[in-house]
Amino acid sequence: MIPMSYYLVLSALLFGVGILGVLIRRNALVIFMSIELMLNAVNLTFITLSRYMETLHGQIYVFFVMTVAAAEVAVGLAIIMLLFRNWGTANIDDINLMKW
Amino acid sequence: MHQYVWLIPLFPVLGVLINGLLGSRLPKKVIGPIACIAVGMSAILSTLIFLEVRALPPESRILNDVVSYTWMLAGNFSVDIGFLIDPLSLVMLLVVCWVSFLIHVYSIGYMHGDPGYARYFTELNLFVFFMLILVSANNFLMMFVGWEGVGLCSYLLIGFWLEKKSATDAGNKAFFVNRIGDFGFLLGIFGIFFYMGTLNFQEVFAKAPTTFAYGGMEITLITLALFVGATGKSAQLPLYTWLPDAMEGPTPVSALIHAATMVTAGVYMVARTNVLFMMAPVSLLTVAIIGALTAIFAATIGMTQFDIKRVLAYSTVSQLGYMFLACGVGAFSIGIFHLMTHAFFKALLFMGAGSVMHALAGELDMRKMGDLRHHMPHTYRTFLIATLAIAGIPPLAGFFSKDEILYKAFSSQSTIWESSGYVLWMIALVAAVITAFYMFRAVFMTFYGKSRVDHHVAAHLHESPAVMTVPLWILAILSIIGGWVGIPWIESFNLFPQWLEPVMKGKEIVSQMAVGIPAHAAHHSISFELMMALVSVVVAVFGIFVAHKFYVKEPELPDRLTSGRFFPMYRLVLDKYRIDELYDFLFVRPTLWMCEKLMWNVVDTKLIDGTVNGVADIAKGWGNWTQRLQTGYVQNYALMILIGLMLIFSYIVFLY
Repeated sequence: MIPMSYYLVLSALLFGVGILGVLIRRNALVIFMSIELMLNAVNLTFITLSRYMETLHGQIYVFFVMTVAAAEVAVGLAIIMLLFRNWGTANIDDINLMKW
Repeated sequence: MHQYVWLIPLFPVLGVLINGLLGSRLPKKVIGPIACIAVGMSAILSTLIFLEVRALPPESRILNDVVSYTWMLAGNFSVDIGFLIDPLSLVMLLVVCWVSFLIHVYSIGYMHGDPGYARYFTELNLFVFFMLILVSANNFLMMFVGWEGVGLCSYLLIGFWLEKKSATDAGNKAFFVNRIGDFGFLLGIFGIFFYMGTLNFQEVFAKAPTTFAYGGMEITLITLALFVGATGKSAQLPLYTWLPDAMEGPTPVSALIHAATMVTAGVYMVARTNVLFMMAPVSLLTVAIIGALTAIFAATIGMTQFDIKRVLAYSTVSQLGYMFLACGVGAFSIGIFHLMTHAFFKALLFMGAGSVMHALAGELDMRKMGDLRHHMPHTYRTFLIATLAIAGIPPLAGFFSKDEILYKAFSSQSTIWESSGYVLWMIALVAAVITAFYMFRAVFMTFYGKSRVDHHVAAHLHESPAVMTVPLWILAILSIIGGWVGIPWIESFNLFPQWLEPVMKGKEIVSQMAVGIPAHAAHHSISFELMMALVSVVVAVFGIFVAHKFYVKEPELPDRLTSGRFFPMYRLVLDKYRIDELYDFLFVRPTLWMCEKLMWNVVDTKLIDGTVNGVADIAKGWGNWTQRLQTGYVQNYALMILIGLMLIFSYIVFLY
């Protein structure tokens, strides 16, 4: 059996990649994809621990996370679409009106 | 009937509401009568209650069971909105209600044509309300509410003609000087509550003999504090300066507030707390001395003034001094007796002066009057009656009360100063001569001699309308017969002191607790009393005679006297002993100086403004610096969240 730590390390790596993507990339769609990557990294942790601790709680949470992620994608994509229509770009460095 | 006593102050409130809220829309024909009816109803009701109480036996005439509701309750401290019906408060209710009623009626004529007609009657009714609260309250705190309320109304009515700077200044002065006195009164109330835990009159008087020692420190301080309050409200030395200035108000106001009712509140308060004062001989002697000194001090100023209302104002201060003298020698009921007769003849004097002013287009200077008796027969006759009464000519009202005060002063004996009685009597007797002199000086200058009236004004000379002269005559009748309820030499005619007997427990209580103080002072024979009366009549006639010589027979004599050797002294008295200037120098100017240099320039601009502006500056600077964090780049925010999370995480993992 593959030890639990393998899964957890993979999950952490995925999460780190997601964070880096959110912080570094400029394209709003890519940032969005990075967020999804972070969510799924967490999902992987849940499933792993659920399997090893032999309870179903973690798996239930994963369903919740996936549902919320789907809803979030719907809203988020709509926002990005509108941004693109109004500014003609999806580069978030150009979208910085909300400041002092 | 007496359980409806709360209606007595309520009627004037209805008048206040109607005239105050709708006054600008009501016709003048309605405003005056509404105010009069409101006070008239109170007067009738208080008369009915008086008749009911009079039918009771003397020992059950104190009715303390009218409690409307508990006003405040905190721990074991409770104050009721309650009314005390006893012979003393009934006397005050009757005097206040009926004199107010007459002055309200007179005001309809006097204030006719004034643009502030509705405001005037609203404020006058409000005054009556507070005065009735003051005299009918059954505890110190409610009395204090009335006390402050009449002060407020006095301020409003002195400054009634608010476009006149001198009037508003006089209003301010009255208010400030009264505040000093009120502070003393308040300290007295605090002291009473501190030592006895209650403010109800009956409970306080019942507990006093067991709480305090006769002549003890605590009771002396409490009564002195109460007396400071009385000196403020009743214009005694050293707080009398506001009353002469209060003559800036309309004349009926001077008659009602600054002669007949409000200024007597101090006398009423001292008489009400006679149990406490009797237990503090030092305070009692202080009251007597201040009273006697005020009586003669104000009388001397009255001799020199030319403004007819100011003469009457100083006369009021002087007469109030007599009342305090009576209280101070332990004759509280005589003080109240003089309060009542004084209310009649002094209200009448002021209303007569108002009638003269009305005829002379507002002229107040007696040097521009003269020979008015032919033009204004009613005013002249009533004014003369009142003057005879105040001078103490029998059988008018003032004679009985003033003579009795002189007699009581003479036969009094303080436990501290044995010969106090003779000294006080001498001062009061000299003041009585001066009173007769200056009052007849006013009569002779106004109604006798050659006319010195401006001829523009002289063409319009007229007697006042009936709405003014009828109240004058009613008060004139009262000034004649008002004293007959207290003829001291005949037991069955000495009704007034007997009526007040149940309230004046002080002497009895003190004689039970202290050794060596007899319940009844040594009784002089009737013939001695009559001789004393003769002396006071003779001095009064002497004063009148001198006034006649000075102002009718040889009108140039006063000028010759005052311009010669006596000029510096005359000048000093004419300038009212320059007390106003002294107070100005000692208190007003230092206060203003301190306000400007310290309070305004340092405390206000530096300290308060500095603190407020400093807090704002700090917030602004901090904001200027931190606003840079809000870059508008979402990724910056995300980075900060990440850093924050990592800090918290590392704290939990490594340091927790």
